[in-house]
Amino acid sequence: MIEIMSASALATVQDLGRCDALRWGVGTAGAMDPLALAAGNILLGNDAGAAAIEVPVFPFQVRFTQDGVFALTGADCAARLDDAPLLPWWAGQARAGQVLSLGLPRGGAWAASRAYLCLAGGVDVPQVLGSRSTQLRGAFGGFEGRALRQGDVLRAAVSGSPAARPTGFGLVPPALALPLQRDGVPAMRVLPAAEYSHYTEASRAAFWAAEWKITAQSDRYGYRLAGPVLEARTTVEMRSHGIVPGVIQVPSGGQPIVQMRDAQPSGGYPKLGTVIEADLWRLGQAPIGSRVRFIETTWEQATAALDETDAWLAEARRLVELARHQRARS
Amino acid sequence: MTSEQPAVSLLGTSALLFEAPGHAMALQTQQRIWSLARVAATWPEVREAVPGMNNLMLSFARAPRAIDALRDRLCDAWEAVTPLPLEGRVVELPVVYGGDGGPHLADVVSHTGLSIDDIVEIHSAPIYPVYALGSHPGYCYLGGMNPRIATPRRKTPVLSIPGGAVSIGGAQTGVSASAGPSGWNTIGRTSMHFFDPASNPPALLQPGDALRFRVEKVIR
Repeated sequence: MIEIMSASALATVQDLGRCDALRWGVGTAGAMDPLALAAGNILLGNDAGAAAIEVPVFPFQVRFTQDGVFALTGADCAARLDDAPLLPWWAGQARAGQVLSLGLPRGGAWAASRAYLCLAGGVDVPQVLGSRSTQLRGAFGGFEGRALRQGDVLRAAVSGSPAARPTGFGLVPPALALPLQRDGVPAMRVLPAAEYSHYTEASRAAFWAAEWKITAQSDRYGYRLAGPVLEARTTVEMRSHGIVPGVIQVPSGGQPIVQMRDAQPSGGYPKLGTVIEADLWRLGQAPIGSRVRFIETTWEQATAALDETDAWLAEARRLVELARHQRARS
Repeated sequence: MTSEQPAVSLLGTSALLFEAPGHAMALQTQQRIWSLARVAATWPEVREAVPGMNNLMLSFARAPRAIDALRDRLCDAWEAVTPLPLEGRVVELPVVYGGDGGPHLADVVSHTGLSIDDIVEIHSAPIYPVYALGSHPGYCYLGGMNPRIATPRRKTPVLSIPGGAVSIGGAQTGVSASAGPSGWNTIGRTSMHFFDPASNPPALLQPGDALRFRVEKVIR
C-alpha cells in the first residue's frame, strides 16, 4: 500500500483506457503516454491492462506503508527513494516507511512531462465499464472517480514479499529508441481528416511547416496550440459525430486543439487531421510551453508505426524476461 | 461533409467515420445508421460501432491493413440496409426556460429574430427522438428540432455548464447529463439522472427512445 503525501492535484489512476463505452457517451480516458504505462507494467510482470498512477505535477511524494515493488517510467524526474537516487525507467523495491519522491522533470534529449508509478499487479481499484481509468466528467473509475489527494491510500493488486518479483533492472525509453523530430523539434505524424480540404492551401502548408507551441491551456482534455492562424475556405455547421484522442479540431479562431485522452468522444468542429495512435504518446509527454511539428503521413506508414511500437514492446518484454532470469539465478 | 454520396474518412488509425449523404438530420437516415451500426458491429476489425448524427464511427480493435476494403464494405452495407425503426419510451422533462438557468436564450432571440415565447413554444412542441449518445456519459443527441430556432455554436465554448442544462447548438438541441464545458447555447434548465455507471446499460436512454420538454416556467 502507498499513501499520497503531496497536495499537488491532478495525479490520476489510469490504465490503457475505456474503449468499449463510446456508444454511451463515455470517452476513453487512459494514460497520456500508454507506452510508458505499458513499459512500467512489463518491468513488473503485470498484465498489460494494469492501472498505474499518472503524475503530471511535481514534486510528488508517496510513502510505502508496507514493503513493495514499483516501477517508474515516463518523465525522468530525478526520483529518490528516501535519499537514494533512482534511475529512470527502472523497477525497484521499497521497504515499509520509505518515501518515494519525484522531482521536476529533466529537460534534455527526451524532455517529458508525465511520470508513471506502477505497482505490483497494478493499482487495485475496481473496473468500471471495463477499465480502471479515471473518468472525471461523471466522476467514476480510477480512485473514487477523481484526482488523487494528500492522504489517499492506494493498494497494489498483488501484495506479499517483494522477493517474488525480481527488480533492479530497467529499459531504454522509447523517446531514445524510437525518436521522431523535424529540424530538432519533437514531431508527430498526422493523417489528414475529413475537413482537411476545407482549409486554404496556404493554411495547409503552414500547418505542416510551423512549429506549434503548446499553450498553458493544455491538459488531459486537449492541447491548445498556438501558431499561424488556419483559415477555412468554407465554414460548415457540422453534425455531431464520433471523434478519438488525437483528432485536431480547428474552432473558428483558427488555432488548433488536439483532443487528448479525457476528450469527449464526439464533436462538431472541423477536423484537419488526427495525430496517429502510434505517436500520441509523444504529444502526451510534450511539456507546456514546448514546440512540436506535424508530419503528414499515409495509412500504410501509420499502421507500420503501430507495428514498430508493438515490436518495441515485444523487445522490452524479452529484455525484462532475460533480466528476471538472471536475477533469479544470481 | 454532405454530398450525394456517403463520405468515409479516417480518424487516424483509431477509427473510421462514415457520413450519410444529405444535409437534413432526417429520422429515416438515422434509422439506416442504426441498421448499419448493427451490421458493422459484427465485423472482426470493429471494436465498437458508434452512431452520431446521421453518421457512424467505427473504432478499431486493431487498425486493419486493407482500409479500402473496409471502406467499400461499409458503403456496400449502407446501400443494402433498410431503416431500423427503433421505438422506445418517451421521457418528459419539465424545463425552466430563461433566467439564470438559460443565460444564452437572448442569443437565440437575437439570432432567430423570434420572441422568447415563440422560441419556448417551438422548442417544447416536438417529441425529440434520441438519435445517438455522445459528448459525455449519458448525453443524448436528439433529432427533430425545428430549424427556425437553429443557432450557431458559440464562438468560444463556456467553461462549465451544469448538468440539466437545455441547449441549442446549430440545428440540434440537447440536455447536458453532467457539468462540463459546452459550445452550445443554454436556454433552460431541467433535472434528470441520465447515467449510472453501475447500471446495465449505464445510460438511461438509448437510440430510439425520445424526450419531450414540458414548459414548467418561462423567465423573461
